[in-house]
Amino acid sequence: MTNVFDAFSGTANSLYGELPDPAADAGFDPSHPKRVGFFTDTSVCIGCKACEVACKEWNLVPDDGTDASDLYRLTGMSYDNTGDLGASTWRHVAFIEDVRPHGSATTEHGGGTPPAEPTTGHIPSGLPALGGGALPKAPRDAATPPPGGGTVDLLTLLPDAGAHGQQTPDDERDVRWLMASDVCKHCTHAGCLDNCPTGALFRTEFGTVVVQDDICNGCGYCVPSCPYGVIDVRGSDGGAHKCTLCYDRLGSGLEPACAKACPTKSIQFGDLDELQAAADARLAELHDRGVNEARLYGRDENDGVGGDGAFFLLLDEPEVYGLPPDPIVTTRDLPEMWRNAALTAVGLGVAAVAAFWKGGRR
Amino acid sequence: MAEAHPVGFQWVMEAKRRGATIIHVDPRFTRTSAVADLHVPFRAGADIAFLGGLISYVLENELDFREYVQAYTNAADLVGEEFTDTEDAAGIFSGYNPETGRYDPVSWSLEGEGYSAPAAGQRDHWESQLREHHAAMSSDTAGGAGDAAHATGAPERDESLRHPRCVYQVLRRHYARYTPEAVSQVCGMSVDQFLTVARSITANSGRERTTAWVYSVGWTHHSVGAQYIRGAAILQTLLGNMGRPGGGILALRGHASIQGSTDIPTLYDLLPGYIPMPNAHLHEDLQSFLDADAAKTGFWGNMDTYLVSLLKAWWGDAATAENDYAFHYLPKLTGDHGTYGIVRDQIDRKTYGYFVVGENPAIGHANGKMQRLGLANLEWLVVRDMQMIETATFWKDGPEIETGELRTEDIGTEVFFLPCANHTEKAGTFTNTQRLLQWRREAVHPPGDARSELHFYFHLGKRIREKLAASTDERDRPLLDLTWDYPTFGMHSEPDPESVLAEINGYDADGKPLSSYTQLKADGSTTAGCWIYTGVYADGVNQADRRRPGSEQDWVAADWGWAWPANRRTLYNRASADPEGRPWSERKAYVWWDEENERWTGHDVPDFEATKPPSFKPEEGATRQDALAGTDAFIMQADGKAWLYAPAGLADGPMPTHYEPVESPVANLLHEQQDNPALERIDRAWNRINPSQSEVFPYVFLTYRLTEHHTAGGMSRTLPYLSELQPEFFCEISPALAAERGLEHMGWATLVSARTAIEARVMVTERMKPLRIGDREVHQIGLPYHWGSNGISTGDPANDLLGVVMDPNVHIQESKVATCDIQPGRRPRGPELLEYVADYRRRAGVEPGGIE
Repeated sequence: MTNVFDAFSGTANSLYGELPDPAADAGFDPSHPKRVGFFTDTSVCIGCKACEVACKEWNLVPDDGTDASDLYRLTGMSYDNTGDLGASTWRHVAFIEDVRPHGSATTEHGGGTPPAEPTTGHIPSGLPALGGGALPKAPRDAATPPPGGGTVDLLTLLPDAGAHGQQTPDDERDVRWLMASDVCKHCTHAGCLDNCPTGALFRTEFGTVVVQDDICNGCGYCVPSCPYGVIDVRGSDGGAHKCTLCYDRLGSGLEPACAKACPTKSIQFGDLDELQAAADARLAELHDRGVNEARLYGRDENDGVGGDGAFFLLLDEPEVYGLPPDPIVTTRDLPEMWRNAALTAVGLGVAAVAAFWKGGRR
Repeated sequence: MAEAHPVGFQWVMEAKRRGATIIHVDPRFTRTSAVADLHVPFRAGADIAFLGGLISYVLENELDFREYVQAYTNAADLVGEEFTDTEDAAGIFSGYNPETGRYDPVSWSLEGEGYSAPAAGQRDHWESQLREHHAAMSSDTAGGAGDAAHATGAPERDESLRHPRCVYQVLRRHYARYTPEAVSQVCGMSVDQFLTVARSITANSGRERTTAWVYSVGWTHHSVGAQYIRGAAILQTLLGNMGRPGGGILALRGHASIQGSTDIPTLYDLLPGYIPMPNAHLHEDLQSFLDADAAKTGFWGNMDTYLVSLLKAWWGDAATAENDYAFHYLPKLTGDHGTYGIVRDQIDRKTYGYFVVGENPAIGHANGKMQRLGLANLEWLVVRDMQMIETATFWKDGPEIETGELRTEDIGTEVFFLPCANHTEKAGTFTNTQRLLQWRREAVHPPGDARSELHFYFHLGKRIREKLAASTDERDRPLLDLTWDYPTFGMHSEPDPESVLAEINGYDADGKPLSSYTQLKADGSTTAGCWIYTGVYADGVNQADRRRPGSEQDWVAADWGWAWPANRRTLYNRASADPEGRPWSERKAYVWWDEENERWTGHDVPDFEATKPPSFKPEEGATRQDALAGTDAFIMQADGKAWLYAPAGLADGPMPTHYEPVESPVANLLHEQQDNPALERIDRAWNRINPSQSEVFPYVFLTYRLTEHHTAGGMSRTLPYLSELQPEFFCEISPALAAERGLEHMGWATLVSARTAIEARVMVTERMKPLRIGDREVHQIGLPYHWGSNGISTGDPANDLLGVVMDPNVHIQESKVATCDIQPGRRPRGPELLEYVADYRRRAGVEPGGIE
């Protein structure tokens, strides 16, 4: 298993950068199963929340009220009454309602560029500051004109082709309603795991990241370690909890409960390399149909977490969905920090010796 | 569809993935709109204006699939000279009697044809007229779904479709005023939006392409609901989209077997397989019933075989030729016994017992006060449910207890609450909207005393029969002679559901399972509990339990489950081929005539006699299916044609006409007649109706479901995992309405109608849009109807706001559109609520209301 000292000793780039096989890196035999994950295609999500319910049913996750004082109250954030991923919410469907200038919508949830005045969209708290740093330049180009021909051939016959989206009677504005099921990203470089002092968090043979309830002592170090704000400590039992990618089901050859329940195949489970290929194909298909705002999120193996085991197809900037634009594993700078600390220690030691030496000479 | 039928919606998403255009026409922007290519918002209750506009667009531009229309529809038939259209009579068809509020349909007949019998549904209305005009020949017909009309002669036709009285021209004139501009005015959509839809559906219809329409209760819960469906039927028939792959009009049913519950009906006016329920006064014996109801031609001409086989299935050896196959054992109609008629009779103490099974009428039905008042006037009430629903507890915590209108100590109803098994705890079939029967097994045993419906009714029947065993009273014979002998298993003596399926399928004289309804006989030698299901147990095998994956068979997937009738996946599929029997196009080939083998063949089971060639011409005087030509694709119809104009079968006109909802903020811009002249009312103090165009009730509201909850909430408001997803009752309003009434997002609102006032959290959303109708702005308010006082997530019932006015064909309430007022803040409590509502009634000029 990776630990900071291995990293410090310079054995591998285990804390940052490309890492083709995290399970092997964690010490599993080369014959371990292939890395698995989720590809969540939000362009076909219908917001039914079956994933949320199936997840809780299978994993015996308590209802949100267990930790909340205001049980069973509307949040006021569109149809999202879950709010956020957390210790008792391992799948969360975000609903983003907004209105945009007429004609800017295309046909996948009306997604388009750029986001304008989100009204009831949900931005989880506790995430890295938005807007700072470079936004991921996904395969899109804001300068590209909207698709002239529309995405459906027949509508090109029509007079206002290209303007079909969710048109509203006041012709200046279109309504857009994005839905997306969020989940633990099962990062290639998982800050939660690397910062867990008890070994409760571990890398499985499938390359996923799982908490062992009976080992976790609830220290909470993992909570700020997650660049996505996913893992949290549950008040009722004091332990840290998050998506296990249904580790128990994987062991029995079953797909995770959320993917099984998803009616539109928005949540796809499988070997990560196959999912990545499917996602690339889907992205190309959408771009061909003129949905230029479509982009993949968490797909890039050179991003700040080494790519995600659970990645997404989004129809707008990640911030619109409450996702950090440029997540970086919190352990990225650890080697350097240790190195600096060591150098400082060495430097101090040298200084001290020098001081004594000088003193001795006197 | 994504909201209420997310599992079925996966196939819409699949179609979209393959390039289909998805258009969503809905007053609200819903989860369906979010993923549709185009959302067309419009005003609730204006659907016929919209559909009529599309029909007019097709006819005026001659975009109909002409060869299809000429071959398979009644477009060329001439309408009789007696008929006058709404165009010529201020929005009312000929035959209307203003005193009774009903139509005499005789003047709607086709020329040269005798009287065509109407479809099931409203015969109790028409009895006197029918007796008067056609005592000897016809009263009503079979077929809630089909129109088993029987004609006495072939109507005159003009194949050129130019004769001014031919159906095609009558239709064109009827819809001439439904111009794009008129549609825009009435519906509140732009002309461009309308034309986009019109161009899209016409470009997607014809030889190479088909368009499907999908609807749900948003179309049926109206005072003109049956005519909405007729509107779609006319459009789809004109465009040649019936009986072809990718076409059709798909009724979304199935929470979880609503289709099954009309096939083997829980409806008062139908016997299994859409055989009409006989009338106590008109049908005193089997022959008079068959004479009156069975069509002479088409497949309904075989109704005698279906009915006698049914009687044999139910009464076995006690049903003999000598005793009319026990026809006199059948219960008979004496009037309107629809659900609202029954509740009215409960309040009037004419009905004193009530079984409520898998239903929560105190919350789920329109006018909750009327429902609870009915419950309070019963002698006994049996509620079978998984949870202690409001219908079982109305006597101690209903809204009328809070207001003091009812007092627990005055309510004499004895309530029996019986826990029931849920769908995973019992075996049986679900029949979905495709008429597909799918067998499900018991996954877990029901807990505690919970039992399946089959167990309950079987053992209830057994106990009643034991109690009556010594009876010599003739009226007990129907119970004592029933074939009530299903094998049971397990510690609770659960009846074997497969044995019931086998009985439904039916047996031949040797006791072998039948494989097709065409084997049924009227001589008592065959049995069938539901003729359209015959074949589901062919060869003694449960065909509904077939589970060959779609990936292992062709795209029609005939080996998954079993579809009635005869495992046909698409009805009337003869129409997928041209009159000569060739596919209309390679792309849309489905079934066709195999010249070489002289048989119909194709991807699906042909919905046609297998060896009747396209060239077949019936002999003069032929009956049953022998009267149908080789081109008469609509084989359940007496004339084998799809009806663009319905000379009979509907209580409110031969062609759909736009009438405003009973409670509407605007005048009818298309016709002088404001609302459906034939609709049904219940004019009682507990059912006051808001005046049309009232400034006191200026807003439109509509009720609907959310994905997270199930109907009246018994199966969802009681569960933490679902309740937390939609935890409170809310109303959806536009920012403009919020500003107009001073309503705040997530604050409280009180909604008021002439019935009562309820409170809801406010959700201000851009998804709700004000519409411009004529010269005024109309606001619509969305109300999910799932809530009540019991369970984890509680709230006021939206249905309490509704009154009951009904479609005259099917007695279904207008619950998808009504009017109300909305004010900020919570509603008054206790008796003050009554005063608050009474004040509204006074201001609106409505008679005093409440409990009489």
